[in-house]
Amino acid sequence: MASGKAVIRARPWAVACFLLPALLLLGALVVYPIAYSVWRSLFDASGDGFVGLDNFTQLFTDDSIRHALRNNLIWIVVAPTVATGLGLIFAVLTERIRWATAFKLIIFMPMAISMLAAGIIFRLVYEQDPDRGLANAVLTTVHDAFSGDSSWPDAEPRPDGPITAQEDGSFLLETPVSAGQPVLLPLVAVPQPELEGAAVAAAPSGDPAAVTGTVWMDFTRGGGTPDTIDPEEKALAGITVEAVRDGEVVADATTGDDGTFTLPAEADGAQLRLAADSFTAPYNGAEWLGPNLVTPAIIGSYVWMWAGFAMVLIAAGLAGVPRETLEAARVDGANEWQVFRRITVPLLAPLLAVVMVTLMINVLKIFDLVYVIPPSSSQGDANVLALQLYLESFGTGGDQGVGSAIAVLLLLLVLPVMFFNLRRLRRENQR
Amino acid sequence: MSATTLTAKEPEPTGTAADGAAGPPRRSLASRAAAFAASGAVRVVLVILAVVWLLPTAGLLVSSFRDSRDIASSGWWETLTDPGQWTVGNYDALLSNDTFTDSVWTTVLITVPATGLVIILGALAAYAFAWLDFPGRDWWFLLVVALLVVPVQVALIPVARLFNTLGIFETTLGVVLFHSAFGLPFAIFLLRNFFAEIPRELLEAAKLDGAGELRLFTRVVLPLAGPAIAALGIFQFMWVWNDMLVALIFADSGSPPMTVALQQEMRQFGSNFDVLAPGAFLTMVIPLAIFFAFQRQFVAGMMSGAVK
Repeated sequence: MASGKAVIRARPWAVACFLLPALLLLGALVVYPIAYSVWRSLFDASGDGFVGLDNFTQLFTDDSIRHALRNNLIWIVVAPTVATGLGLIFAVLTERIRWATAFKLIIFMPMAISMLAAGIIFRLVYEQDPDRGLANAVLTTVHDAFSGDSSWPDAEPRPDGPITAQEDGSFLLETPVSAGQPVLLPLVAVPQPELEGAAVAAAPSGDPAAVTGTVWMDFTRGGGTPDTIDPEEKALAGITVEAVRDGEVVADATTGDDGTFTLPAEADGAQLRLAADSFTAPYNGAEWLGPNLVTPAIIGSYVWMWAGFAMVLIAAGLAGVPRETLEAARVDGANEWQVFRRITVPLLAPLLAVVMVTLMINVLKIFDLVYVIPPSSSQGDANVLALQLYLESFGTGGDQGVGSAIAVLLLLLVLPVMFFNLRRLRRENQR
Repeated sequence: MSATTLTAKEPEPTGTAADGAAGPPRRSLASRAAAFAASGAVRVVLVILAVVWLLPTAGLLVSSFRDSRDIASSGWWETLTDPGQWTVGNYDALLSNDTFTDSVWTTVLITVPATGLVIILGALAAYAFAWLDFPGRDWWFLLVVALLVVPVQVALIPVARLFNTLGIFETTLGVVLFHSAFGLPFAIFLLRNFFAEIPRELLEAAKLDGAGELRLFTRVVLPLAGPAIAALGIFQFMWVWNDMLVALIFADSGSPPMTVALQQEMRQFGSNFDVLAPGAFLTMVIPLAIFFAFQRQFVAGMMSGAVK
C-alpha cells in the first residue's frame, strides 16, 4: 500500500476538481460540526450564556445521564466481548463442517437488516406473556418441566366454608379429623376450561382404619348443594393433603384422579392441610423488558445481530492460520482444546483486538435498539448516551448545551482509536 | 479496518521439523471414535444454534401473516399447526396505506442518491489521493482517515442548525447530504487503497498516449474499480436504507422514510404487531435480497469498513 510517487503531475485546478466536492462536504458536515459541538458545549441551553465546563459537570451529576453513562459502560464491556467470543466459537466450530457456509449465512443474516427491524423482532421475542413471547415460552416450558406444574392455581376455599386459606398459600381444615369419618374438602373458583380433562369426583370410601376424603370442585352449573358432592362435579387430582399435628406433618397423601385420598390411621385427630404448591400461581417467565433485565435483553438482541460480523472476520483470519502448525501440535499430543487455547487464540489475538475495538466503537453509538425495544416505562432504565443526546437535543430535554457535551464526550472516547488508525497508516506509508 | 489487518501475522517457527522424527500421527480406534462422537456433538450444537438464530426472524415473518386477534391471543408458533390462521390481510392493509407506500418511495429517494453521491465524490477524491500530485497530499489523506471513526452524533446538533439556515432542514436533500458526508471517509479510504494497487504501467502507458487526468480516471481507473465500487455501493446502500437516527432528525416528518414511518406506528399504539411485523418485514426485503445476491461484496465492504 505504498503511497509512492504520484504518476501524474496534475494541474492544480484539475486536482481541485477531483478533490473539492468531497472535501467541501466533509468540511461542512463533519469537520465544522466537530468544532461547533466543542464550542456549543460550553454554553447553556439558550446558547447565549457561557457556562464553561458546567455541562460536562452535569454529565456526571445528573441522575439520568449518569445512568446512561453506566449503561454505556456495561454495553462497552459486555456486548463486544460476548459477540467476539461467540464469533470465535462459531468460526472455530464451523471450520471442518461441510455446510459451514449455510450456517454462516444464517448467523450473518441479521447484519443486513435495520436495527429498527431487529428491535421489532425482539419486542416480539421478549413479549411478557408466555403464550405470545418466545423467550418466556421457552423459559416457562423448561421451568415447568423441572419443577412440575402447579395443578390448580385458581382454586380457593369457599368463603364461610369449612376450609380457610392460610397466609403461606395453603388451605387448612380447622376441625380435626378422625379415622373412619369421611372428610369433604370442597374448593371453588377453578375456571371451567381447566376442568375439562378432570374426572368426576367420587365419595370417600369411609374405611374405618384410615382417614379418607375427597377434594373436588364444589360447583355445578345451576348451583348444586354446597359442601356435598353433586353428580357431575369434578375431582381435583394431584393435590397434596397433609395431616398436621402441633405444627408437624405426620402423614401425607395425594389426591387421585377421582379426588379421593387415604391417610394412614396416624392422621387420626390431626388437622388437614392442602399444601400450597398445588395452588401457587404458574411461573410466568422473566420480565425481560422490566427495569432489571432490559439492558441485558437489548444487549442480547445486539449480540444476535453482530456475532455474525465477528464470526466472518475471525473465520477469514482463521483461514490464514497455517495448517502445519496446528497439525504439529496435534502430533505432539495436544488435544483440541490445547490447540485452540495455546495456538489458535494467540495467533488470532491481533485480529480479535481489531474486532473488539470495532464493536466497541459501534456500541458506543448504540441508539436504535435502545430507542425501539423498551416500553416507555423502562426506557429510562435502558438509557444510553446516544439516546440521551437525542432526547436532550431534539426531544423533551431541550438543552443543546448538554447534548453537545455528550457529543464531545463520545468523540473523546473514540480519539484513541483515531490515533491508532493514523499511526498505523503513517507506518504503512513509510514502508 | 483495512484488509491488511485481517491477515493473521506470520506464524512463529515452531518445532515442526524436529518433531518429524515422531513419525506420522497414529490414532487408536478409541480416540477416533471419540473424535467422531465429538464432531457429531459439534453438528448438533451448530444445528441448535442455527435454529436459535433463525427463530426470532421466523417469528416476525409468521406473525406478519396473522390477524391482530390471533397475535393478541396466542404465540406465532400456533399458526404452524393451525394453517387456518394464515392471512395476507396485514399486507393488504399496509400496502393500501398511503403513508406507508409513500415512505417506501422516500426511502428510495434518499438511499439511491446518497449511495450514488458517495460513490462519485469518493471515487474522484480517492483517485486524486492515489495518483495525482499535489501539496500536502499525505496530510489531507490522514485527515480523511481520522474522520473514519467520528460518531454521527457529533454532527447532529450543528448540522441541524446549519440546515435550518440553509432551508434544507427536514428535506430529503438534507438527509442525502448528511449520509453522503458521513459515508465519504470510508469511501475515500476504501477506493484509494484499491486504486493504489492499479499497476503503474497502465497509467503511464495511457499518459504517453496523451491522456489527461480526467481521461486516465474514466478510461483506466474506473473500469478496473468494479469490485471495490460494488462493495462500497452495497455497504453504503444498506447503511442508508437501514438508518433511523439521521432520518428521525433530518427527514421531512410529513413524508418520512420507512424506518421512521414504522417507528411512529410504534409510538402510537404500543404493541400493534399486525402493522409492525409486516412493515418490518417489508423494510427487510430489499436488504436481504441484496445480501443474498451479493454476499461476497457485502462481506468485503464489511471487512474493510470494520472500524466505521
